[in-house]
Amino acid sequence: MPDFVLPFRIKAEPRLDTPPVWYTWFVSLLAIVVALFLGGIVIALAGGDPIRSYIHIGKASFGSWGVFSDTMVKAIPLILVGLACTVAFRMKLWNIGAEGQFFLGAFGASAVVLTGILPEDASRWVYIPLMMIAGIAAGALWGFIPGYLKAKYNVNEIISTLMLNYIAIAWNNFFIFGVWSEGGFQMSKTFPRNAWMPRLADYAKEFPALRGLTTHLGLVFGLLAAVLVWYVLYRSRWGYEIRLIGDNPRAAKYAGVNIRRNTVLVMMFSGALAGLAGMSEISGVVHRLQGAISPGYGFTGIIVAWLAKLNPFAVVLVSIFFGALILAGREIQPSGVPKMIQGIILVSLIASDYLLRYRIRIIRTTQEA
Amino acid sequence: MISDMLTVTVLVGILASGIRLATPYLYAAIGETFGQRSGVLNLGVDGQMLLGAFAAFYVVFRTGNLGLGVLAAILVGGLMGLAMAFVTVNLHAEQGISGIGFYLFGLGMSDLLFQRMIGTVETVNGFSKVYIPVLSDIPYLGEIFFAHNILVYLAYLLVPLAWFVLNKTTLGLKIRSVGENPEAADSLGVSVARVRYFTVTLGGVLSGVAGASLSIGLLNVFQQNMTSGLGFIAVALVYFGGWRPWGVLGGALLFSMVNSLQLWMQILGIPIPSDIAVMLPYILTILVLVVSVSKVRSPSALTKPFERD
Repeated sequence: MPDFVLPFRIKAEPRLDTPPVWYTWFVSLLAIVVALFLGGIVIALAGGDPIRSYIHIGKASFGSWGVFSDTMVKAIPLILVGLACTVAFRMKLWNIGAEGQFFLGAFGASAVVLTGILPEDASRWVYIPLMMIAGIAAGALWGFIPGYLKAKYNVNEIISTLMLNYIAIAWNNFFIFGVWSEGGFQMSKTFPRNAWMPRLADYAKEFPALRGLTTHLGLVFGLLAAVLVWYVLYRSRWGYEIRLIGDNPRAAKYAGVNIRRNTVLVMMFSGALAGLAGMSEISGVVHRLQGAISPGYGFTGIIVAWLAKLNPFAVVLVSIFFGALILAGREIQPSGVPKMIQGIILVSLIASDYLLRYRIRIIRTTQEA
Repeated sequence: MISDMLTVTVLVGILASGIRLATPYLYAAIGETFGQRSGVLNLGVDGQMLLGAFAAFYVVFRTGNLGLGVLAAILVGGLMGLAMAFVTVNLHAEQGISGIGFYLFGLGMSDLLFQRMIGTVETVNGFSKVYIPVLSDIPYLGEIFFAHNILVYLAYLLVPLAWFVLNKTTLGLKIRSVGENPEAADSLGVSVARVRYFTVTLGGVLSGVAGASLSIGLLNVFQQNMTSGLGFIAVALVYFGGWRPWGVLGGALLFSMVNSLQLWMQILGIPIPSDIAVMLPYILTILVLVVSVSKVRSPSALTKPFERD
């Protein structure tokens, strides 16, 4: 026993009921505020000015329609990858491989253009749908592998998806450095215009206000995907099975839910969404296949999904917030700030989950004589 | 050109650098083995390594003292380990996710500190080779095995040491019982929380040293994201090695030998697409998991938080 006795002790009791929705959001918000505060301390300790850094992030991402449009461009892949993680995480499948599925999706979409199966002047209406299908299929395949290995051989999906990330990057590099290299550079040739997804700026002639706005069609995909994931998870029988497996695999098994089949299908669904993100980035922003197409979208997607509490519509909002962080982060010095803050947000968020699962009680201790 | 590949000098070179390159994998993966045997999956190894690498590099850059550099890496890695242990043990975090948070934190933080405190590419005088008397004079074998810096030797010594601690000591028994059946261990008076704090902090310390072995041992520079995912491979190596130190050693050597082969192929200008070679160890890791899963069981309580009723 310690010599000193506090007049109270803090006790954590497991919550038996689900906390109200406002409390959930309040706790998440608190976690972000705490994270930004901690991040500010770190920036200050490293000799920066936290207030000015945060103001800069805000201005550089929401300051005008132009930069807001750029923020949305960064948010698009995050929405899709965040949804990919949401689907898998809801079944407690830890897909850490959205990054690899993103790269494969980009590869699949590029293959449509670069293998020459379409005539160079094929219409937009042919290019874009085919690239979407190829990107989705390639991502789904990259999700199928760990799903199948888990269902059939019980291979841990965290490890297999991690390994597949590296394989995907090496696979893309093989094509970028070799097969599709443009004049020895580490990138393919630029796609023909019809393989570019339309951007707002393309309609500047009719609507001058849209001049210079880079937001592209991928945003529509992202929003539709959010509705789709919401419908699947919360309105369909399949989603009921997914949630049941996630919450209580044993009960799911007794209820006759096929866990193996769902493991494969959910990983494929997750991979497909991440693959679509890769396609959208290639067709909407980069317009060719190259190495640096992702500043870690796959990992940020994990944070997005977790911060959104696996709610598909919240994923959209959270993605915009993180899109801002990534966009502003490119200019902010020192350059590690956005990644560090993402890390702190995720950790403090996970820590805050504790407040949802436990009721904190401060109990007055009566002095014993 | 293929005949160039087969000269003895080249072969010795490949093997010697393969032995050397296994060093960071060994520190990080042996540390992770302790954590996982006690039931904690730490996915933040790469971030811990990056911060350890920076701390060691910075201290050596400023003071020139290599011992202080390693100490700094130990401290920083240990602090990261403590934080991970707190989030895991006290807050019952989902380990697959929280590790990614620590990874991103380490990745961003090491970059930020590097920009702020050093800023440009600098080099330091890292650990120099220690030629082991007599043994290093053996033709070929001497150069392969007995002409490395001290951190390399220590990494290999760590393997039998970890095996001994895990299998032959009371501490090891506690660690394994906490990882297999925490409820039973708890009822026998073993503090699950204490054991896990110990293993996860130890894992952080060794990850820090793994980073130092890069920044003041093998490469003698610091760069943003210089580990490029090496810490994640270390996590996979623990699975690859079936949660046993000797198995981890096998996996580490496999990865490092392939890396070394690839480096030498580039040096010799052999036109085999190196990207294909890069994929092989990752594919092999997955295959090994497929084959070994039925034979080697993971610690039963791995990733499961422990709660005392």
